[in-house]
Amino acid sequence: MEKIAAMTGDEVAAEAMRQINPDVLAAYPITPQTETVQRFSEFVADGLVNTEMIRVESEHSAMSACVGAAAAGARAMTATSANGLALMWEIVYIAASLRLPIVMVLVNRALSGPINIHCDHSDSMGARDSGWIQLYSENCQEIYDNLIQAVRIAEEGSVLLPVMVAFDGFIISHGTERVEIFEDEKVREFIGGFKSEHPLLNIDKPVTYGPLDLYDYYFEHKRQQVEAMKNALDVIKKVGQEYAQLSGRSYDLIEEFGSPDADLVIVAAGSTAGTIKGAIQELKEEGINVKLLKMRTFRPFPQEKIRESLKKASAVAVMDRSASFGAAGGPIFLEIRSALFEEERKIPVVNYIYGLGGRNIGIEQIKKIYQNLTQIKKTGKVKNVVNYLGVRE
Amino acid sequence: MPSLKDLSKKEELLSSGHRLCPGCGAPIIVRQALLAASDTPVVVCCPTGCLEVGTTIYPYTAWKVPFIHNAFENAASTLSGVESAYRSLKKQGKIDREIRFITFGGDGGTYDIGIQALSGALERGHRFLYICYDNEAYMNTGIQRSSASPRGAFTTTSPVGKAIPEGKTESRKDLTQIVAAHNIPYVAQASPGYYNDLMKKVQKALNANGPSFINILSPCPRGWRYPADQTIEIAKLAVLTGFWPLYEVENGKYKITYKPRKKKKPLKDFLKAQGRFKHLLREGNERILEELQKEVDQKEKELMIRAGEEEK
Amino acid sequence: MKEKGWKDIPLGGLILEPGNAKEYLTGDWRTFRPLLDEKKCKHCLICWIYCPDSSIIVEDEKMKGFRYDYCKGCGICAVECPFDAIKMVEEAKYRAEKEGEK
Repeated sequence: MEKIAAMTGDEVAAEAMRQINPDVLAAYPITPQTETVQRFSEFVADGLVNTEMIRVESEHSAMSACVGAAAAGARAMTATSANGLALMWEIVYIAASLRLPIVMVLVNRALSGPINIHCDHSDSMGARDSGWIQLYSENCQEIYDNLIQAVRIAEEGSVLLPVMVAFDGFIISHGTERVEIFEDEKVREFIGGFKSEHPLLNIDKPVTYGPLDLYDYYFEHKRQQVEAMKNALDVIKKVGQEYAQLSGRSYDLIEEFGSPDADLVIVAAGSTAGTIKGAIQELKEEGINVKLLKMRTFRPFPQEKIRESLKKASAVAVMDRSASFGAAGGPIFLEIRSALFEEERKIPVVNYIYGLGGRNIGIEQIKKIYQNLTQIKKTGKVKNVVNYLGVRE
Repeated sequence: MPSLKDLSKKEELLSSGHRLCPGCGAPIIVRQALLAASDTPVVVCCPTGCLEVGTTIYPYTAWKVPFIHNAFENAASTLSGVESAYRSLKKQGKIDREIRFITFGGDGGTYDIGIQALSGALERGHRFLYICYDNEAYMNTGIQRSSASPRGAFTTTSPVGKAIPEGKTESRKDLTQIVAAHNIPYVAQASPGYYNDLMKKVQKALNANGPSFINILSPCPRGWRYPADQTIEIAKLAVLTGFWPLYEVENGKYKITYKPRKKKKPLKDFLKAQGRFKHLLREGNERILEELQKEVDQKEKELMIRAGEEEK
Repeated sequence: MKEKGWKDIPLGGLILEPGNAKEYLTGDWRTFRPLLDEKKCKHCLICWIYCPDSSIIVEDEKMKGFRYDYCKGCGICAVECPFDAIKMVEEAKYRAEKEGEK
């Protein structure tokens, strides 16, 4: 029976994991992921899942065990945040290079130092070159929906890449929201069974995973990963469409909210997209029409969709919840600018780096960004390309 | 234990054509261990190191069993994942065969960078056999010292110099004892020079219902500086001089599985066979030699006490 | 093996043919080669259990010779043979002599 429940982000992630019922879960506790794995442990203790849970002694071992399990031919998952992801960094790259469809719950939290347990996107952004598909969830419902779709996206034959489903630490992970949960059977049907092409446990066809590549083959193996990411763009769309049939909720590479032809746009990922939606509704009541471009998929970067969405814009503000020290702006900003480089008309794009270490962002601040965009449109001038929103000077 | 003649009929699970050095101890150990593994299929994991690199240079692999290499420090956690997947799929009725899991890890990837993953896997009780082929240094990257390098050994990061003439100044870690302290069903030390003893231990280890560990001395012609044809002689000398005692700990009970007795030799015989110790034989270094002999004698005594063969 | 493009090789660096290292002949590494004195050999198979390269040919429980395609000439077999049935000769000299005999 499909049900409506009140759950926090961590709880709904655990619920999705219960229904996905992976063969192996290897995880290590780190705030604010802890509730997810604790909740899942209860499922294991109550015999509600088939999962072999490996309570590893570090995140590095968590990802290593996931690699072993997936290579063996099992469905493997993990969950982590911030420095946990950082500790796994070496193996995260290896997991993608071995083309293992591991799914990770990533509760976005700031990377140390100084140590901070609150939300920002420095952890997932730090892994953006790793070869993992990255999906950002705005709210609890999206966590549930993204995790279920992630299994299908990862295991698709033309993709075979691991997927991290990110959501904001504490803001979403520990905030209770209304969610719609399918019956177990529906999820099972949607994700199907995992059929590994070359499992280690197939003794009759011994394979070797992880050889030494000298300079004569490494490049070719990396080129294969590039192709997989290209294929992922279509697969993410396709799985999203299928999921819409099932749930009535549509999913695509990006989401647009507000007046479709509004020419003042804010680009953002994660829970802030929800805050922006609130601001857009308030502005609409004041007769001001603006738009949100929500980055659901950051990797692969949906360049074409973004161009389509922004090519008529008069001014764009890209919000980054992470800094890329020494770069000419935040990570999403730089890639959006690059996506628009081919456009004949020069579109002014500005950057707002915000919310680092859990610094709060509210509707009033969003409205100010739209005001700034209005100024840019009117005057054609940009005062500061990169802004730091909410820091005390 | 089947005879060599019987064993010679079995399929070699490590093919020729690997690129380990002539006379390398590691492939001898792998061959002996896999022959002993009998007819139960195995999945092998190796951390980065000589064995892994020498046997899997793309597009070639010398392994005729399923094999995985992940990274340097995580062989034990990688194999934990494989073994857990096996148990999970077996429980769900998706696999019905008996499969065993073996890691062949060098001392670098086991004593040092890999010790956390090893300890975690041992504590969790995964059913796998961890074989450490101990060549007493980071050989694959150029003979750098590891915590397994013996005191007094030349290595490229503990060379013999004017200010420090000893080579490595620290005594080696006793990983076998550290593993035994995890209270796993089977722990042992072996040497490829005593193949019957080694193979018996592998069989016992694979039969253990839980984690098992065998530390096997793996002489290295390049790093230990001796002619390639001496590998087995040195593997025997290590045992005969007491440097590398052959023993096992089965459910906590210690047993010395080979006693040199009349064949017992002084430690100096082991040291002088290898160029990495030649500085110790110089005049003025007699004190170090005495201390090293004392260390070996002390460890032997402690082992005999644990095995119940001597009063404290 | 001729080098293939990225579309023609398995994904992820997987090697699908077990033991294909046998296509890589390491015999040309040799500086010395082992020669068997069949009269002295008692077929104890000690050379076989100690060979790092599986280069001792054993058929029907008998030592039949060496796999010269792979033997790296380490000499362990010669040292360990209890019956002195194996001797190591210089590869270059051996080949020159064989050439001379032709």
